[in-house]
Amino acid sequence: MSVLVVVECADGEVKKSSLEVASYGAQVAAQMGTTATAIAVGEANEANLAKLGEQGITKVLYDAEPRLKDFVNNAYTKLIATAAEQEQAKIIVLANSNIGAAVGSRLSVRLKASLATNVVELPKISGDQFTVKRGAFSGKAFSDVVLSGDRKIIAVKKNSTEAQHDAGKTAEVTSFSAQLSDADFADAPKQVVMQDQAGGVLLPEAERVVSGGRGMKGPENWHLIEDLAKALGAATACSKPVSDVDWRPHHEHVGQTGITVSPNLYIACGISGAIQHLAGVNSSKVIVVINKDPEAPFFKAADYGIVGDVFDVLPKLTAAVKALN
Amino acid sequence: MKFLVCISNVPDTTTKITFTPDNKEFNKAGVQFVINPWDEYALTRAIELKEAAGSGTVTVLNVGEADTEPNIRKALAIGADDAIRVNAAPSDAYFVAEQIAAIAKEGAYDVILMGKESIDYNGFQVHGMVGEMLGIPTVAPAMKLDMSGNTATLEREIEGGKEIVSVNTPFVASCQQPMCEPRIPNMRGIMTARTKPLKVVPAVGEPARTTVAEFALPPKKQGVKLIDAENAGELIKLLRNEAKVI
Ligand SMILES: Cc1cc2nc3c(=O)[nH]c(=O)nc-3n(C[C@H](O)[C@H](O)[C@H](O)COP(=O)(O)OP(=O)(O)OC[C@H]3O[C@@H](n4cnc5c(N)ncnc54)[C@H](O)[C@@H]3O)c2cc1C
Ligand SMILES: Cc1cc2nc3c(=O)[nH]c(=O)nc-3n(C[C@H](O)[C@H](O)[C@H](O)COP(=O)(O)OP(=O)(O)OC[C@H]3O[C@@H](n4cnc5c(N)ncnc54)[C@H](O)[C@@H]3O)c2cc1C
Repeated sequence: MSVLVVVECADGEVKKSSLEVASYGAQVAAQMGTTATAIAVGEANEANLAKLGEQGITKVLYDAEPRLKDFVNNAYTKLIATAAEQEQAKIIVLANSNIGAAVGSRLSVRLKASLATNVVELPKISGDQFTVKRGAFSGKAFSDVVLSGDRKIIAVKKNSTEAQHDAGKTAEVTSFSAQLSDADFADAPKQVVMQDQAGGVLLPEAERVVSGGRGMKGPENWHLIEDLAKALGAATACSKPVSDVDWRPHHEHVGQTGITVSPNLYIACGISGAIQHLAGVNSSKVIVVINKDPEAPFFKAADYGIVGDVFDVLPKLTAAVKALN
Repeated sequence: MKFLVCISNVPDTTTKITFTPDNKEFNKAGVQFVINPWDEYALTRAIELKEAAGSGTVTVLNVGEADTEPNIRKALAIGADDAIRVNAAPSDAYFVAEQIAAIAKEGAYDVILMGKESIDYNGFQVHGMVGEMLGIPTVAPAMKLDMSGNTATLEREIEGGKEIVSVNTPFVASCQQPMCEPRIPNMRGIMTARTKPLKVVPAVGEPARTTVAEFALPPKKQGVKLIDAENAGELIKLLRNEAKVI
């Protein structure tokens, strides 16, 4: 019996959310008196995989098959299912990412496991009862869910748990093969198109986010958002109407019908704070609101606020951040 | 081409969420239910593809009790041809997936479309489960869907970009913006929806694998600390020294 952790890699680096998942998995293993093994997917680098020891992983399985570099649903599912059988894993932990959800849902059927997505805390294990806390109602609530059966899959929400770092510890990296054949790659993507990462920070993984709404008046003013984001090492985001009229791309739209983010810092600029917008951002640790209307509903959900004009306030903030650094 | 569009009946996006006093159930009192916003993309795109092909059918499917019928009728008014309701409380994602898989198999549907995720339970998992139960590919979440004969080309969102994927029928896709502009019912649609077939069938399969023990609301914010716009730089100091987030 063990805990199997799925770590996603890109360009040789382990994704930040997967460091959180590795650490989560190692803590669950400790709760259960066993060890945590990782299986790597994506473009991995063995030296970085060995460093997963810092998160408490003892062994990392790695299949160097080059076609596993890009996400292929069937191949990834088979790879992880094979690893789960080999390791006799009772618990599988993955990120609540697009890859994690696609693979986790298929695995739950294949391995007859119960599945909880969007999990925000370590499980409570008492006797046979295994309970996890997960986000529900698009950030408006939480639910404690009891997972039944012998096998369980947990998809951990990004930035909701902290990765432990036990400096210097290393994991053993072992080559692993799931004997994948051409048929397993039948649903491979024809093409992968990555966004132009202007600021360099991916929104779903970001620890800090600077977001703009209709109060920004037009796309030509977005350099104000981008400058502050760059100074803070933050990702940029926007409200729904902003992406609806193509001021910004759709993948930046946060909220109930966009993406849900939970960064440490969310700065809302010229956004009114409609309930659908708040749903996607209210699990951020610290919320800052800049709005010229003191009655804007967003102030009720904020930790810090400035009643003022974004065109005046944003350059001042950017200058203040630069002065700090 | 036979399209099966799965719709979930969810609280309106403006709903203030509350629970029964024991915190075991969502409090439905006074809540307006709508078609899950993401499912509207699935529904509209299926209708568009059927219209473009000049033939085919669009069936909507909901797993739910009789109180979901107004939203099933709404889907018919938007342009679906017929509907199936599996008469059962949708106790969890696995249970719902079993129902969808059984109907899809029996009706030999070519394209099974869903929303990206439900806005109530936020599972983001029914599509993968259905694909696996039927042994067919799932593309989730899809931002674009085009069909040519039995081949579909889709854009799948990945963190930081997108993949172009091509699959043959049958397949499952879960839909999100900017796939299409969701349609709203017109008067004629509303009139004809009343007489379109809505079949009610019993549930099949194994019981749910998960149960909710308790719900909770997020902790309340302490209240906002306002900083004078003239002194905006002060905010940055507070974020570093007090909140410790930069
Ligand atoms: C089914 C449904 C789903 C939805 N899903 C989402 C979602 O996922 N995400 C989302 O964001 N919205 C969503 N919405 C839309 C939501 O209801 C709001 O309409 C939207 O969030 C408003 O965007 P906004 O705050 O940018 O614009 P507005 O509401 O127009 O607010 C602009 C704000 O900017 C302020 N302002 C103007 N000029 C300045 C200035 N110079 N300086 C400072 N402040 C200024 C104004 O005081 C105002 O508060 C959804 C709506 C529906 C019906
Ligand atoms: C009174 C009540 C109590 C409930 N209690 C629970 C509970 O305790 N635990 C729980 O997990 N769920 C519960 N649900 C069910 C929940 O509403 C979902 O139907 C189910 O859990 C799947 O949700 P998901 O978020 O996992 O789906 P996702 O995977 O997020 O949904 C993806 C897509 O699947 C389709 N879909 C989802 N649900 C249905 C459906 N019912 N019919 C047709 N298509 C559908 C839609 O296209 C949706 O966009 C309850 C529902 C009701 C009405």
